[in-house]
Amino acid sequence: MSHWYLINRLLLALPTLLGAVTITFVLLRVVPGDPIAMMTGPGATEADIAQLRAHYGLDQSIVDQFIIYLGQLFTGDFGTSISLRQDVGELIAGRLPVTVELVVIAMCIAVGFALILALKGVYWRDRWPERLIDSFIGVIVAIPDFLWALSLILILGVAIPVMPIFGRMDLTISFDSWTNFYLIESLLRGRFEVTRSVLYHMVLPAVSLALPLMAITARVLKSCLNAEMNREYITLARTRGFGRLRIIYREALRNALVPATALSGVQFTFLIGGTVLVERIFGYPGIGNMAIDAVINRDLPLIQGLVLTFAVLFILVNLFIDICITLIDPRLRYA
Amino acid sequence: MAMNRRSFLQVAGTASLAGALPMALKPSSVQAAGDTLTIAYNVSLPSWDPTTGLSSVNPGLQSIWKSVFDQYIDQNPDLSFKPGVLTEWGWNADKTRVHMKVRDGATWQDGKPITGEDIVWNLNRAANPESGNPVGGLIWGSVGNLKANGNEVTGDVNAYVADFFKWMAFLTGYILPPHYFEKVGAEGFEKAPMGSGPYRVVEFVRGSFVRMEAYDNYWGGQPAFRNVIFKFVTDATSRVAEVESGASDITLAIPFEEYDRLKGKSGLTGVTTPVSDIAMIFFNDIGPMEDANVRKAAVHAVDKEAIVSRLLRGYGVPLHTLQAPEYAAFDPTTTVEYNPDLARSLLAASGYSKDNPVRFTIQTTRGYLPKDYEVIQAVVAMWRKVGIEAEIEVYEVAKHYELRATDTLAPAAFYNWGDSIGDPNDSTGFAMFGPSPHSTWDTDDLDAMIGPLWGEKDEAKRITGWKAVDKYIAENAYVLPLYQQVQPVIHRSNLDFTPHVANYVLPHTTKPKG
Repeated sequence: MSHWYLINRLLLALPTLLGAVTITFVLLRVVPGDPIAMMTGPGATEADIAQLRAHYGLDQSIVDQFIIYLGQLFTGDFGTSISLRQDVGELIAGRLPVTVELVVIAMCIAVGFALILALKGVYWRDRWPERLIDSFIGVIVAIPDFLWALSLILILGVAIPVMPIFGRMDLTISFDSWTNFYLIESLLRGRFEVTRSVLYHMVLPAVSLALPLMAITARVLKSCLNAEMNREYITLARTRGFGRLRIIYREALRNALVPATALSGVQFTFLIGGTVLVERIFGYPGIGNMAIDAVINRDLPLIQGLVLTFAVLFILVNLFIDICITLIDPRLRYA
Repeated sequence: MAMNRRSFLQVAGTASLAGALPMALKPSSVQAAGDTLTIAYNVSLPSWDPTTGLSSVNPGLQSIWKSVFDQYIDQNPDLSFKPGVLTEWGWNADKTRVHMKVRDGATWQDGKPITGEDIVWNLNRAANPESGNPVGGLIWGSVGNLKANGNEVTGDVNAYVADFFKWMAFLTGYILPPHYFEKVGAEGFEKAPMGSGPYRVVEFVRGSFVRMEAYDNYWGGQPAFRNVIFKFVTDATSRVAEVESGASDITLAIPFEEYDRLKGKSGLTGVTTPVSDIAMIFFNDIGPMEDANVRKAAVHAVDKEAIVSRLLRGYGVPLHTLQAPEYAAFDPTTTVEYNPDLARSLLAASGYSKDNPVRFTIQTTRGYLPKDYEVIQAVVAMWRKVGIEAEIEVYEVAKHYELRATDTLAPAAFYNWGDSIGDPNDSTGFAMFGPSPHSTWDTDDLDAMIGPLWGEKDEAKRITGWKAVDKYIAENAYVLPLYQQVQPVIHRSNLDFTPHVANYVLPHTTKPKG
């Protein structure tokens, strides 16, 4: 893989981003909901409303607003949030690490358990544990992440209250973070009580997000592994006297990982989308939670900034997955 | 396959690890200390400036702001007014001048005294269009030429607004410390807010929580709880779980079914209070609503008692006007009878019947207010029985605001009108006066009645006038008031919680029992 490949992929991302920015900008101004109408309480006059509209630059034509917005974007200015009255870039930079930590941990849980389930399922092929695993995957995949979130709250937060159900860490702990990546930063700074608290609070939201992804990944990986197990090179390995475990781990797994990894990439983007509801339910202060408030308040600059952030994340994740796949499968490196 | 030793150890090991994880991660002390009050709050705080911007007119945020900032004037739980940072206020005899007196000994949270100059700065800022105060023009701009002399403040009345001083206890009626605000700027203030209220902000994590500590020199005395945490738990199910699991001490705005379940649980107590929010149906003066018989039939056909008792489980107070019983212009003699037979005969007079119903659209939100969609379904079913076929259109509240601002709502539209100072200007007035950007009904007869009341300086005459307006509206069915909302609050049984008609959950008036 050459540097040119990466540069080419990044350059190709620019039109995608421009498209996302344009569509979001136009859609937000076409769909119903006027932020100024929402912020005028009883007692506001027509003059007050006109003043507010001018104050937020909404008195200009859509074309003018778009040109101004694009100009601001090129200088790194995402605008100012109407509802939070802070720089959109700063707001997103403050919340993004929260969501990134959550989805990365969720992804690790999902992939880790998916691997175990798939490998065990293939190892116990045509026996009752395989049927049990298949049924388990079927149940997990049928329930969306937000329902898992509510169920986990009821079971482990209320019925057997052993897990926290709100926030990012214990509210009695003070942690003046420089990066907002609490998990990594607390480890590096030796604040292990923060690490422990963050992990403790992350378990339920991360598991809620991870479960559906785990089930889908396990199903695909298991299916790919089963297909690989019927290939000739596996038969050859058997005739050479290799054990079943070694054949699965050392021979079949690597080939089966390519489609599973590609799927994980797609699912990871859904995982980021899933944070919107799960963060809301657990009061987790990430960009998903902020996105709901932004939509409710018709906070146009913030919604635009968030959509752009999601678009960048999707592009980067897909690029990362492509690189991973290329590294796993040498045949694709020169394709 | 029989389970062998290896697979048994694998399963047992995995199960033990999963079981032990919560214990391993659980911090040694997760329970809040006894001097901390934790509130699972239903709204996330977007800004620390309660005087400007989108959020400043959001009634749901006032409890948090009132914990940190003083209002010029305060309110008792029954909506009556009491001194806040101002101990005296009023007009001169001909109501061309205003005067106020700042409380002796009141201080900002950095210890500096609150002065008359500070009040002048705050009032001037609120009236300045560039500040972004949503009601700056009509309310705060109604006085000017403000001067401070020690703790005394005087000013000229630019345009008489009868409820000007009541607004000092209402939306955007807060004071900010000028010396500090000018030093740190608006952005700095958002990061490190300072007020003069009973609590000061210790830590604020946007979208998650705010932790406060009692301000020792507060003029109103020390609150019972030294520390307060407002958790922003915007999901109702999560709020229920918070209070049920004991992670929070108080919560509000939960479904009535959950309220009924939780209030019976050991260790929890429930309190419901009728609050200053009125569920109502706007009528727009278009199409079928221009026919008085249709409007009157639509009003007489609705059994509000049944809606409250059956649909809302009794948590509501049926109303006949846009005045709740706690409001200044409430008149119990103005009533609208539930009479479906009368509704049928009114419709018949206009040529409508069950076989030939009058048709129009009714708009409603779904899930924005408790049981909003279900209430409208019930109303539509009642209308159908008399010969009104209404089609329900569901929209988001943002759409409602937009349509109302442009006077393009459907012939009927469900909404919730709040007026926590209980003045008729802010209930019937802004909701029904044609030129108001918030009104939907717009006819000359009603505007002619309301118009003179805005400038009426004789308070008794003004209130009598508004009562007459409400009676006229009821007789002509220009609006369909439904019921006064009730706020359910669940708290620990060992707390002494004071409900507030303005729908506040105030930590400084909450105490441990006994």
